[in-house]
Amino acid sequence: MTISGDTAILAEGLVKHFGATRALAGLDLRVPTGTVLGVLGPNGAGKTTAVRIFTTLLRPDAGRAEVAGYDVVRDAAKLRANIGLTGQYAAVDEYLTGRENIEMVGRLYHLSRRDAQRKAEELLDRFDLTAAGSRTVKTYSGGMRRRLDLAASLVITPPVIFLDEPTTGLDPRSRLGMWDVIEELVADGVTLLLTTQYLEEADRLADSIAVVDGGRVIARGTADELKTQVGGDRIEVVVGAAAELTQAVRALEPHLGSAVTVDADTRRITGPAHGGAGQLAAVVRDLDAVGVRIDDLALRRPTLDDVFLALTGHAAAEATAPDIEAEPTRRRRRRSA
Amino acid sequence: MSTTTTPATNRPVATQRSAPRPVAGHGPLYWAVADALVLAKRSLIAMPRVPELIAFAVIQPVMFVVLFRYVFGGAIQTPGAHYVDFLMPGIFVQTVAFGSIATGIGLAEDLHKGIIDRFRSLPMARSAVLVGRSLSDLVRNTITLLIILVVGVAVGFRPQGSLAAMVAAFAVLLLFAFAFSWIAATVGLSVRSVEAAQSGGFIWLFPLVFASTAFVPLQSMPGWLQAFAAHQPISVTVDALRGFLLNRPVGTSAWQSVAWSLGILAVFAPLAVARYRKTSG
Repeated sequence: MTISGDTAILAEGLVKHFGATRALAGLDLRVPTGTVLGVLGPNGAGKTTAVRIFTTLLRPDAGRAEVAGYDVVRDAAKLRANIGLTGQYAAVDEYLTGRENIEMVGRLYHLSRRDAQRKAEELLDRFDLTAAGSRTVKTYSGGMRRRLDLAASLVITPPVIFLDEPTTGLDPRSRLGMWDVIEELVADGVTLLLTTQYLEEADRLADSIAVVDGGRVIARGTADELKTQVGGDRIEVVVGAAAELTQAVRALEPHLGSAVTVDADTRRITGPAHGGAGQLAAVVRDLDAVGVRIDDLALRRPTLDDVFLALTGHAAAEATAPDIEAEPTRRRRRRSA
Repeated sequence: MSTTTTPATNRPVATQRSAPRPVAGHGPLYWAVADALVLAKRSLIAMPRVPELIAFAVIQPVMFVVLFRYVFGGAIQTPGAHYVDFLMPGIFVQTVAFGSIATGIGLAEDLHKGIIDRFRSLPMARSAVLVGRSLSDLVRNTITLLIILVVGVAVGFRPQGSLAAMVAAFAVLLLFAFAFSWIAATVGLSVRSVEAAQSGGFIWLFPLVFASTAFVPLQSMPGWLQAFAAHQPISVTVDALRGFLLNRPVGTSAWQSVAWSLGILAVFAPLAVARYRKTSG
């Protein structure tokens, strides 16, 4: 299969090893032009490795990938003129001002000096950095750095943009700011691949979501489809004493079914809710009737953990531990080179 | 932090935004030079904003000047020259040799912060990051050397060569500095942290600088050491500088230094570029 006009990103059977660790184990993806794909997965799932292959920073060991119609290995040089990349850590020069950073990237995209300057002003304005444009990046907050980093990848208005965990490590306010900026970008009609650890983020920004675990896609669909697989909202009960757990699980069965998770340490029972908020009253009644004390009770939206639990049978956090080393981040690099 | 962290407001003006097009009609060589200059400019803009970098690059050789001029110098016999005149060419070479470590540190820092990844994802020349960095370091070296020269003159250094000889000395020295910065670049791209780039750059330079003719005459060393010290790159460069600056016979030392520099470049420039290309697999 080759890429056609309506596919912006295509991956077929991508495999990548780092030493003995397999970071990608046959990853398949297809992102239609003008849509947003959220790649959702825990640390070490292979998200960053995939992005690094799409952006020509890594070569796959097997399989192939095309971006904007160019093969990531054969046409790497041409491909680079058609993509923007914003990585996990703001890749901007601390000692340059915001304006100088964007101008430099513009010049390296081979814009004329005048175009690079004009574009820098335009982007600073668009990302609300005009006032800070003449200050060195050293003085910027984390949120401002990310916005500048994103602005720098937009100097040529690339048709395909990769955002690798654009809000990881940001405070909630800056995260909302980033989301606004990204949504605006999407409205411009670019194709966007976004990796994230947050279901909420993928839900808000992405047209469709690919869940990645152990270097392959384990589920795909819209946010709603995935949530249906998970079973929608969750009810969470924390009982007064660990000894009451068994009794509580039995009392909750009519409400939550048998697909509940029990965490003895935190005395927490979690299961899919079916009746919305009204169900909470019934839960309280039934637990009260059998004499179980309730420390805490909540109805909450499914999280990445719930998606993972439903799809893989293990929590996202468990998946993190064994192959976190698989992703060569900038902070820990080149064991294989 | 600041009032400018307010989230961007939505501005539905997609159609108004211009999409500038890359400049067309230039070959790869043009872009290799242009991209390198963009990156050299980047480092040069940053230089006055981090004055401590130049300050540290200057302080260490100044300490050596004072130490050797006033503490050890009296005990070192240098036939035919005042010790301060003998010393300063050695200090110049030592300055650029240790200064080359900064090239490796700068690259390691860029790697660590992810800036190299950005550069590698851009449609720019692959050599530009390294060439740009070594060009800007050449400028930094020149500034440092001028400051050290002034300090040298202040403590009694009196170069006696002609203007042409001064220019020749400077040319040999900068070529040497350029070559050594490529060794440091290879080290900086091969280690995992900025600290390792620092110590990794220093550890082999230290013995090389001291087992040379930079601070003491060759004749004062034991015979087995003389064989090494006479021919290693630091010594031949120091000898060439002494010849040019003190109006003494230069002999083959200048050519030996140039040969060393070119040889080092021939080995380490391809090595550094290969490391850069491979930086992540």
